[in-house]
Amino acid sequence: MTRDSARNIFVGGTLVVSVIFLVMTYLSHASYPERTHPENLTEEVVWGKHVWEKHACINCHTLLGEGAYYAPELGNVIARRGVEGTRFILETSAKQGWGQTRKMPQFDLSEKDITGLVEFFIWMGNVDTNNWPPNIEG
Amino acid sequence: MKIQYDSQRVAYPFFIAAMVLFGAQILFGLLIGVQYIWPETLFPAIPFNIARMIHINLLVVWLIFGFMGSAYYLLPEEVEGEIYSVKLAYLHCVLFVIGGATAIVGYLFRWHDGREFLEQPTVIKVAIVIVVLMFIYNMIMTMVKGKKTTGVTVVLLIGFLGLAVFYLFAFYKPDNMVVDKYFWWWVVHLWVEGVWELIMAAILAFLLIKLTGVDREVAEKWLYIIVGLTFMTGIIGTGHHYYWIGTPEFWQTWGAWFSAIEVLPFAAMVAFTFKMISKKTREHPNRAAILWTVGAAVLSFLGAGVWGFMHTLPQINYYTHGTQITASHGHLAFFGAYVVICLAMISYATPIIRGVKVSNQKLEIFAFWTMVVSMLFMTFALTGAGILQSYLQRVLAYSYMETQGYMSLFYGLRLFFGVTFMFGLAIYLYDFFTIGRKEKHLN
Repeated sequence: MTRDSARNIFVGGTLVVSVIFLVMTYLSHASYPERTHPENLTEEVVWGKHVWEKHACINCHTLLGEGAYYAPELGNVIARRGVEGTRFILETSAKQGWGQTRKMPQFDLSEKDITGLVEFFIWMGNVDTNNWPPNIEG
Repeated sequence: MKIQYDSQRVAYPFFIAAMVLFGAQILFGLLIGVQYIWPETLFPAIPFNIARMIHINLLVVWLIFGFMGSAYYLLPEEVEGEIYSVKLAYLHCVLFVIGGATAIVGYLFRWHDGREFLEQPTVIKVAIVIVVLMFIYNMIMTMVKGKKTTGVTVVLLIGFLGLAVFYLFAFYKPDNMVVDKYFWWWVVHLWVEGVWELIMAAILAFLLIKLTGVDREVAEKWLYIIVGLTFMTGIIGTGHHYYWIGTPEFWQTWGAWFSAIEVLPFAAMVAFTFKMISKKTREHPNRAAILWTVGAAVLSFLGAGVWGFMHTLPQINYYTHGTQITASHGHLAFFGAYVVICLAMISYATPIIRGVKVSNQKLEIFAFWTMVVSMLFMTFALTGAGILQSYLQRVLAYSYMETQGYMSLFYGLRLFFGVTFMFGLAIYLYDFFTIGRKEKHLN
């Protein structure tokens, strides 16, 4: 093989896999109405996502397994803790933080923020994740 | 060895910035390691999420400093002509330092966005884009004005163009978290398992040509094979991130097959490196630079290739996804591939820029082994933690915090090797900042 033929394989191969990747991206998007239920993206859910980002929750927790690994998975927190339990944790952390050893810092969360986060977690819990995580502990 | 083109010196401030930020990055890494064991440390002044944000952002910023400095050093020799605008290079170096420092200090005061690794506030993101565009403009103009176009510079340019283009997805923040995650990976995965590998391979090829004296034709053939393998496996290999985040099941098949062969470009880099070394036509006096260069090929193969492959199949990833296994892979992959290639270039270029003869490299070689061995053992500790976590939490369904309690031995080992890594880095930095200070200058 010469340098030029190696270069042509690089260019041609990249084009082929890019086209396949774009087709798969399209197919993924076509599946979202069924897998993610975008019709349930209410103002509260969107606000909850905003609050989630505002406090950089992802840098301690994981969400569908992505994030930091310092605190529990929250994609299924509603299934694990229930709506009331999740709300209680958030209300407590708005006052004094949460936890015994590894602590969640106190965050200034308004009533609207807490409701938004809970609704956001409910929405996340309804995403079809191909049965991940393996059990309720996340 | 004397410097060939005067404008190559512009690489130097980029290297200095990279080294300072590297030191800061490891300090925040140590803080995280301490917080895993003593969570009250600096809490709530610098909570874990802020410290981790800074640890990783510093890494990314200093690596980009390293890449830009490397590019500025190698471009004139490759294209046989001076850098188009040295002033522009200094200007965007200063801008990047200001932007980076503002972001890091801002994080301490909770001024941040909230997507992992992309926490830079929008105005900082815009500044980063401007800096990268200034750099790319300077690079393209240097190539246009130069006498030659080489495979090394073309691949390097594609790498930087890709870096710029895929960063634009950082500005896209849809309401649907699944769509958000989908395109988030276009920045993260297509950077580190795509276009950054082009930058790395181009620097590696340049160093091997210089260090071994082997014919460019051979080196660039290998370079195109490596980057061809990178894209042909890595682009669809993005699928290994799409197993469990709401994306369709077909990604499990495609992601598994393509990411299983993502090890190939790294295997090719190892083969390339040893082939070049075995055919060398000169004995280069800079032994440390050779060590770092070989180290980059071998350690990226281990960290990105082997540790990546370990948990890339969906049958395994189902249990290991989002555990310390990922952290172990992340550490060795980033260190082995990108940190070490930057240090290789810095090791090669710094004595030439300072105009000193390479003489005593004992300290630098000692620092190499200290950092490499520390990082390997830190990776082993995190791997142990991850295996235990996968078993207790994912198989036996222990709760998250209960599982963490059983992992403390591994966290202790990780911190210990983090401290020895810092020791190696301190020696490295001492050596870097004193090279040539004592020796006589050549000119």
